[in-house]
Amino acid sequence: MSILSVKNMSFSYECAEVLREVSFDVQKGDYIGLAGPNGAGKTTLIKAILGLTGAYTGTVELFGRDMRSFDAWNRVGYLPQRVNVFNPLFPATVKEVVGLGLLAKKNFPKRFTKDDGVKILEKLELMGIGDLADKLVGELSGGQQQRVFLARALAPDPELLILDEPSTALDPASRDGFYDVIKELNEKKGITSILITHDTAQIGRYANKLLYLDKKVIFYGPFADFCQSPEMTGYFGTFSQHLICHQH
Amino acid sequence: MSSTLGMFHFLSYGFIQRAYLAGSFIAALCAMLGLFLVLRKLSLIGDGLSHVSFGAIALGLFFGFYPFYVAIPVVLIASYFILKLTEKAKMYGDAAIGIVSSVGIASGVILASLSKGFNVDLFSYLFGNILAISGREVYLSIGLSLAVLLIIVVFYNDLFSTTFDQEYAKLTGVKTARVDLLLTSLTAVTVVLAIKVVGIMLVSALLILPAVTALQLAKGFRTAMVLSVLTAVISVFMGITISFFMDLPAGATIVLCNAAFFAAALLFKMVRK
Repeated sequence: MSILSVKNMSFSYECAEVLREVSFDVQKGDYIGLAGPNGAGKTTLIKAILGLTGAYTGTVELFGRDMRSFDAWNRVGYLPQRVNVFNPLFPATVKEVVGLGLLAKKNFPKRFTKDDGVKILEKLELMGIGDLADKLVGELSGGQQQRVFLARALAPDPELLILDEPSTALDPASRDGFYDVIKELNEKKGITSILITHDTAQIGRYANKLLYLDKKVIFYGPFADFCQSPEMTGYFGTFSQHLICHQH
Repeated sequence: MSSTLGMFHFLSYGFIQRAYLAGSFIAALCAMLGLFLVLRKLSLIGDGLSHVSFGAIALGLFFGFYPFYVAIPVVLIASYFILKLTEKAKMYGDAAIGIVSSVGIASGVILASLSKGFNVDLFSYLFGNILAISGREVYLSIGLSLAVLLIIVVFYNDLFSTTFDQEYAKLTGVKTARVDLLLTSLTAVTVVLAIKVVGIMLVSALLILPAVTALQLAKGFRTAMVLSVLTAVISVFMGITISFFMDLPAGATIVLCNAAFFAAALLFKMVRK
């Protein structure tokens, strides 16, 4: 079953082309690494899929419905780039932040119930940060904050999880631990995942497919195919391709 | 004993009771909205809108209308302009606030010079006088305060979500553009009400000081809101009482009480660290 289908998507920002004729399908259970150089349009692609950018051409279908009329946002979990979203002086507790993830399921006047409180604590336990529930988010380490925001993304029990460079500002150990968590969610809970990263070699250790973007789709398929693709050898050069695939 | 009772005799004065009542409601309102504004880096919107209200009050006096009835719609429109200028002209919020604010002040000055008759009335609004609040103004203040407080309570989660992370709020179905409009509109009404308490020159202090005091101590957003409201209301009670006994201007005394709470909170935070 196709969870996400993007067809011929193009997007320009003030006459500058950002995405050109991008097409790909994401199947249920996929774990996709979305990689590419700076300015390749990775974040723009994700934001367009989530309806957070201006008008684009082409179509996006989420769970079989056109994105423009899609409203079941509780089926989608999103972890934005941490640096863009977080004011460290904001006096919000971990519980309050994770609760925001449940708003997509709420109708007016959007009140939280006791069951919501239980669900929030469950997600914190799942992330291994249950003991931080009443702490201020701004007082946590970078790795702990990322887990809080992942718990928020997971709060509505999404079927599709989209993560935008979650390893930014994490040390290598925290980064590997974070990737392990996503892998476990994908394998044990069947959550379809798309993870944006700069690190093509690293994501190959976790994701089952690679979507390499540079304004247009350069490669989309299993990571093993990427390593054996003569086209990719032509694109990256033998040395770089070998370096990426060797680390994998 | 009798001297102590005598000291509390001032509480029986109607003008003191009216000042406490209206001042507390308006201060609570400013404290709640101020927290959202400070965290969204929109602290100076109160300053800008109070300058617009200077022009609006001048307009009301010029045409012989009750000034607040003119100020509320005019300042509401100005708040909408600030929002639209920020969105459509792609300028930073502080620049939009600066434009609208200076147009408001300039209009007020022109109207004052044209009228040649109401300058004393107009300038009395610059520093406010809560002790001179009339019964009608108390009802108006409490009525509008309750309406605004109710709206804040009903839309609390949308306001919180948009303030914390606007993009994520959008994704969870929050109509963030409407929330922005709601926040600036509520601020516009609140600014006009707060002019009676502290005057045009000091309105932004009522929005900013309780919020930044709470931010020094709070261990959560709800706690911050409660602390902000408590600071604001206690400052109003202290300010009015001190101003009565020491024959000082009430608005300025309220603001200085708020500033003292902020200094104490900052000191406490530094000592605790």
